Amino acid sequence: MKAAAFAYARATSVVNALELLGTHGDKAKVLSGGQSLMPAMNLRLTSPELIVDIGELAELRGIAVTGSIVRIGALTRHVDVLKSPEIAANAPLLTEAIAHVAHPAVRNRGTIGGNLAHADPASELPACMVALNATIVVRGQAGERRVAAEEFFKGIYATDLSAQELLVGVELPVASTNSSYFFHEFARRQGDYAIAGLAAQAIVEKDIFTKLRLVFFAVGDRPLLARAATKLINVSLTPEVLAAAMIVLGEELDPQDDHQASASMRRHLAKVLLARGASALLCRPDLNAGGRA
Amino acid sequence: MTASVLISLEVNGERVDAHVLPRLNLADFLREQLQLTGTHVGCEHGVCGACTVRVNGEIVRSCLMLAVQTHGASVQTIEGLSDSGEVADLQAAFRDRNALQCGFCTPGMLMAAQDLLKQEAEPDRERIREHLSGNYCRCTGYHAIIDAIEITARARAGGQA
Repeated sequence: MKAAAFAYARATSVVNALELLGTHGDKAKVLSGGQSLMPAMNLRLTSPELIVDIGELAELRGIAVTGSIVRIGALTRHVDVLKSPEIAANAPLLTEAIAHVAHPAVRNRGTIGGNLAHADPASELPACMVALNATIVVRGQAGERRVAAEEFFKGIYATDLSAQELLVGVELPVASTNSSYFFHEFARRQGDYAIAGLAAQAIVEKDIFTKLRLVFFAVGDRPLLARAATKLINVSLTPEVLAAAMIVLGEELDPQDDHQASASMRRHLAKVLLARGASALLCRPDLNAGGRA
Repeated sequence: MTASVLISLEVNGERVDAHVLPRLNLADFLREQLQLTGTHVGCEHGVCGACTVRVNGEIVRSCLMLAVQTHGASVQTIEGLSDSGEVADLQAAFRDRNALQCGFCTPGMLMAAQDLLKQEAEPDRERIREHLSGNYCRCTGYHAIIDAIEITARARAGGQA
């Protein structure tokens, strides 16, 4: 299908974009790379009256590392994140995850800000932001505010952003040298939205997790920072400990049925991911014997 | 403000000035206003890859880009790549290997394949599959397409086809 008719405004600055959003509120939609918004408009899932195109705002583009913070501008494209040596060095989880975000032609247009503001529960990047303890930087006419990624995602396509605000960037803590990460997702086709996925960041000391953030995606209405991880921290991991963590995970998951998978299949896959993640992060193949959940 | 917008861009090396409605996507603009019908429209939500074109040298989905967003840009379609001879060897390999049947996906496949071969001299079959993962073909089962691209890559690298 084709998008319904709308008016179009090319924002000339962030201030100008905020003025337009201030005037039109939820009748307007921000167009960044358009790789989530355009499909939604073509499918008539959304029909904004006004499109505010922020694509020309160079001030929102780019990756910068200052001290212990990696800052990524909202308009930075997936392809730029994927190829960035700064991201590979300081947030390698993101480099790995972004290779799973759609396909090359989509990554050439899609932006990190657009992806996060869209908040698809099956998307990789919101989960990575939570795993990496990112801060989402939001600007409104009254000024800038910062929201922890964990607090930013509110549900399916729902975030903490108001209709008058613009997501302008994200800030990630530089990964400490002793940290490790794990990313895996199940999808029907390379680049498709995940059926179930896991983004994890950990610190392992002497074969024991001292820190562990396990964030599951596509298994609920938003990224799930799993409490099950607490069962794996500061203990010597045995199959019994892992099984106990899986029970906790099963209780906190609330996956949905859809055309790709049933809720019970998603629950199963999340447990498989937990075992694989723990096994990979600790370099303990025995914990994932047979890949059973 | 739903009125048409004047855009100026370059399409296959030629300057184009046009009035377009904001809702018009690039694929429909190319096909209906410029009669460049080599760009195919399949799913219209970014899944099938049939509408793949180049904007400023990089492949994009033309169904997921508005014509108004191409103001000031350089667009290349399959007609441009074909006429310049840039993909002549790839097209020949597709023909030789039966890498197309109905041909609907072929313009997008050629666009994606050439994009890969410009970035990597000799991608292995896994890399080729990965780069083409966003392009659906409902006829060939993909093996012949991978063959054609692999053979072209080898030939360009100076090996035997």
